[in-house]
Amino acid sequence: MYLYSLTLQRATGIVCATYGNFMGGKTQEIVVARGKVLDLLRPDDNGKLQTLLSVEVLGAIRSLVQFRLTGSQKDYIVVGSDSGRIVILEYNKEKNIFEKIHQETFGKSGCRRIVPGQYLAVDPKGRAVMVGACEKQKLVYVLNRDNAARLTISSPLEAHKSHTIVYSITGVDCGFDNPMFAAIELDYAEADQDSTGQAALEAQKNLTFYELDLGLNHVVRKWSEPIDNGANLLVTVPGGGDGPSGVLVCAENFVIYKNQGHPDVRAVIPRRADLPAERGVLIVSAATHRQKAMFFFLLQTEYGDIFKVTLEYDKDDQVTELKIKYFDTIAVTSALCVLKSGFLFAASEFGNHALYQFQGIGDDADVESSSSTVVETEEGFQPVFFQPRKLKNLVQIDEIESLMPIMDMKIANLFEEETPQIFAVCGRGPRSSLRILRPGLAVTEMAVSQLPGIPSAVWTVKKSVNDEFDAYIVVSFVNATLVLSIGETVEEVSDSGFLDTTPSLAVSLLGEDSLMQVHPNGIRHIRADGRINEWKTPGKKTIVKVGCNRMQVVIALSGGELIYFEMDVTGQLMEIEKREMPGDVACLDIAPVPEGRQRSRFLAVGSDESTIRILSLDPNDCMHILSVQAVSSPPESLLLLEVQAYSGGEEGAEHPASVFLNAGLQNGVLLRTEVDMVTGQLSDTRTRFLGLRAPKLFSALVRGRRAMLCLSSRPWLGYIHQGHFLLTPLSYETLEYAASFSSDQCAEGVVAVAGDALRVFTIERLGETFNQTIMPLRYTPRKFLLHPKQKSLIILECDQGAFTTEEREAAKKEAVDGSNQDSVMMDADRQETGEDEDREDPLPDEQYGCPKAESSKWVSCIRVLDPKSAETTCLLELQDNEAAFSLCSVKFHDKELGSVLAVGTAKDLKFWPKRQSSGGFVHIYKYVDGGKSLDLVHKTPVDGIPTALCAFQGRLLVGIGQILRIYDLGKRKLLRKCENKNFPNTIISIHTYGDRIYVGDIQESFHYVKYRRDENQLYTFADDNCPRWLTATLHVDFDTMAAADKFGNVFFIRLPQDVSEEIEDDPTGGKIKWEQGRLNGAPNKVEEIIQFHIGEVVTCMQKASLIPGGGESVIYGTVMGTVGALLPFTSREDVDFFSHLEMHLRQEHPPLCGRDHMAFRSAYFPVKDVIDGDLCEQYATLSADLQRKIADELDRTPGEILKKLEDIRNRII
Amino acid sequence: MQASDRFNINSQLEHLQAKYVGTGHADLNRFEWAVNIQRDSYASYVGHYPLLAYFAIAENESIGRERYTFMQKMLQPCGLPPEREED
Repeated sequence: MYLYSLTLQRATGIVCATYGNFMGGKTQEIVVARGKVLDLLRPDDNGKLQTLLSVEVLGAIRSLVQFRLTGSQKDYIVVGSDSGRIVILEYNKEKNIFEKIHQETFGKSGCRRIVPGQYLAVDPKGRAVMVGACEKQKLVYVLNRDNAARLTISSPLEAHKSHTIVYSITGVDCGFDNPMFAAIELDYAEADQDSTGQAALEAQKNLTFYELDLGLNHVVRKWSEPIDNGANLLVTVPGGGDGPSGVLVCAENFVIYKNQGHPDVRAVIPRRADLPAERGVLIVSAATHRQKAMFFFLLQTEYGDIFKVTLEYDKDDQVTELKIKYFDTIAVTSALCVLKSGFLFAASEFGNHALYQFQGIGDDADVESSSSTVVETEEGFQPVFFQPRKLKNLVQIDEIESLMPIMDMKIANLFEEETPQIFAVCGRGPRSSLRILRPGLAVTEMAVSQLPGIPSAVWTVKKSVNDEFDAYIVVSFVNATLVLSIGETVEEVSDSGFLDTTPSLAVSLLGEDSLMQVHPNGIRHIRADGRINEWKTPGKKTIVKVGCNRMQVVIALSGGELIYFEMDVTGQLMEIEKREMPGDVACLDIAPVPEGRQRSRFLAVGSDESTIRILSLDPNDCMHILSVQAVSSPPESLLLLEVQAYSGGEEGAEHPASVFLNAGLQNGVLLRTEVDMVTGQLSDTRTRFLGLRAPKLFSALVRGRRAMLCLSSRPWLGYIHQGHFLLTPLSYETLEYAASFSSDQCAEGVVAVAGDALRVFTIERLGETFNQTIMPLRYTPRKFLLHPKQKSLIILECDQGAFTTEEREAAKKEAVDGSNQDSVMMDADRQETGEDEDREDPLPDEQYGCPKAESSKWVSCIRVLDPKSAETTCLLELQDNEAAFSLCSVKFHDKELGSVLAVGTAKDLKFWPKRQSSGGFVHIYKYVDGGKSLDLVHKTPVDGIPTALCAFQGRLLVGIGQILRIYDLGKRKLLRKCENKNFPNTIISIHTYGDRIYVGDIQESFHYVKYRRDENQLYTFADDNCPRWLTATLHVDFDTMAAADKFGNVFFIRLPQDVSEEIEDDPTGGKIKWEQGRLNGAPNKVEEIIQFHIGEVVTCMQKASLIPGGGESVIYGTVMGTVGALLPFTSREDVDFFSHLEMHLRQEHPPLCGRDHMAFRSAYFPVKDVIDGDLCEQYATLSADLQRKIADELDRTPGEILKKLEDIRNRII
Repeated sequence: MQASDRFNINSQLEHLQAKYVGTGHADLNRFEWAVNIQRDSYASYVGHYPLLAYFAIAENESIGRERYTFMQKMLQPCGLPPEREED
């Protein structure tokens, strides 16, 4: 078996981010690393974040910094990754790519303890960069420029110190003196030797300054001084004239200003009043805002509170006071970016990211802690308390959806739509949600209005070529035409010159400023000055089809006659040529007039006898047939669309555009055929089934370029996104006819008719594979199952260290009561207006987080949710510190209860110092109200945590730690029937098939178990020879299991055919053999047949097909929010082709951040029989020369390769 | 030191031990070995962000806190070292 691995939706979580002027203009952009993806984002004029570029780097990005050479206008990006290399990137605006400027190898690859890449720091003046490891190694590279103003990088200078753990490094701003770097270091050498533990207790963190002597070209440890032992983060303080220089040391509960030869200035971080006393407050992300005359820092704590830190300093740069003022509270971030344009980009750790706008900079009075008021008592420093409040300084203006983390995922067609839906439970704590993903783009509906009849077609026209917006919407009915003018409002007009007593066939702008209406009996040409020219059809013939652009019109009369008109210099429409076609014309199209030309060269004509012809419109061979294509079914609609394979910037000089003839056939297939620009020959046809109705094709505008709307049983959009042509469904209802729409309110919209309504909508979030419907959950979802009959979801949610909802409500009430006493005035106001009752929650948990309880406290609930109505029909909160971890639906064979739900819970679960609990329970619920609600039947105590449940032959299989047990249903509790205690650690998954049981262990991979009914015995007959820490498991077939492990690998294992047969044939079921194990385990070993490194922890896998009638692939979801697929190849030929393509791409186009592709995909185990589609798809982004070179090696054309890539993607989604 | 000494197995080992933290030697005891493994593991957790996120979800802590905890644990990952036998 060979698999093709393809990421369907790239990671949405953010690891780190940096911001600067990467384009070289005035605007600031944000570069975010999403694990193995590097993105460039920019807030547009409307405050929406747009992704300009997204590159899969096939390596793990761990740190990012930006720097600028003095006097330069543009910033460079330094990437710290697992490649053992330092990589400097520059964004090339013209080509829209990241260019690798430098790549220097310094160590082994992989995320290792002493190989740098974890930390990066730059000199604020851009003269040097330091790259550090968790331990020991730090390297400094000197950056400079050569005569041609190119960036140069030196060989590395070492700043190593053995036996030293590094917590953070940063550059120190010391103007143009020698560059300095600061590091938080902890020396463990003595602690390792001292058995009394004294040295470990006295281990002291130090702040060390390293100076890079530019004259001598070496790095010296300049200064080292003990600091608070809770220190975890350093922030550079502006210096060299802009400030006092030095660093802020963020430590648990404190922020300390430190500089060489300067006394410490320390202030406590204010605490939330409800925080348990034993918990510290840790700063997790920081941002600096610098303006000409001032600067401040925004520091965010692990609870989400942002503090504004300011420094008071005198003329001699002596810091006199450090103030920490409460600023606002937002979700906990992994990175904060303060943009000059007044935006704050908050990259959330989990859940959606947000863009905020500053409304204030925290100048108002608020809770503040200052170094001058720090009180030290015998018990330590006196804390300062505050209460979170509503946002005051920030206002959210945009949100970027993030699936991180996907906890569990199921694919099913619960809604009976054309394609199945993906149900994913995502997020953590109060920000958890159920998200229903549908392949396709999200659509924002702007307006829906009813029309007086059933419209058949709609167009939009401008009054003049130079107009920015459309002037009219023209709607055609069976016997009339309605003209709507677009202004402040859209209203019917009668002075437009259009004939309203007849249906229309086409409406368009002609020439500079005249309008044309084609109706069955003629062509009406409306000049700008109001003159109307009418051309009537000869005899009794009527016009059936029209193709037109700004200069050319072709009509098809009934009977198959084509008449070609062209606009002459005086603005008259002149008949040029006629031609009889054999048979009726089914559809026509002319491409728009190319820039700088008189006319478009080709006319495409589709006829009812399943052929498509290309005719010339050139004066020399006017109306001659250039080429003919026979198609499988009569064409319904045609569209000539220019596609620039890769946007080499604005012009795309290196990639000449090619024209594609798109044809929607009556059998629902869309054909895309390349048209030779010179000869008009058709070649290289790509087909795609779009839906049950014949696709009607319309042109639309997407990001200023022509794109294609295909209306079949659902609408599709064909457009170019970052160099790829994408054909994606829209999540919208079936449409009849559509046209692009541009007005003041909506620059790039679509107007469409469906039924008796006119709809205006826009398409947003281009480039995304899925659109989401979000339903909030209460706690972190752990697992869920779909109830296929009732079409409901049963979700287990639980959280550690949180308060139950009742406790929270009680506490809130108290708080509100308390605050009411404080603010009697406000209360009075409120009562007057009578808003007290329906006042919304002032501090939603989604934003402020839950208050922390002690870590042994659990909250948990079981939820039954109807996804259609988004309604929770039943919610059971578990009592007595129980937490639910496993569930399954089971039908006990001898009971009349029917299908029941089994839920495994743990009581008083603790992870530290060792995982322990005071037992667990298996709850049995029966479905009541037709499955809408649950009713507890009984609760069976068990001696461990039931971490896996599975129905098995009318009984229940339960995995409790090392024990696999079969239970049967009793009156008061479950009855123990059979058990096997010999599993290595903890059973986390059970699958069954026939009498075979596949048991997944938390760290020892799978065990194949057989149940002998006659002997009532469970025994393991095969296991794996590799330890694997399973996180997701999937049963593939009788002998094969697929799973993912904690380190980001996906693998398939299979029991060899002969062993499998032997076991099945053996009357004892291999029992004799079982008694003599091999390698401390079972007698038989499974074989690994697939191995692949994804690079992210995969949390769920399922076999499913995302397209109607497509083959099944394995769909997985990860902690970072990636959704990917593994598609089995069906032919050996494809395997050969793609493995060669992959090989060439590895050589010709190594990954951007310096990680060797093969090494990355084999990070833990050598990759086996999987072809990396993400790498293969990068073929489209290569330069034309390189594309051709690779294509030549493969004996194909670049077009064929692109087609293959498109085809295989279309087999998945 | 003679030129040939540079290439004998001992000096090569010494070189490796100096260069790469955690390179073992013949007298390595159980504790030292375990400490090395643990430190390597923690460094790997800190380096692999998805893994860090995975732990953070399990423990309901922020990723930043989780990273800090792992770094702190690198000081004494296996508790106190055993008492040295005097020889």
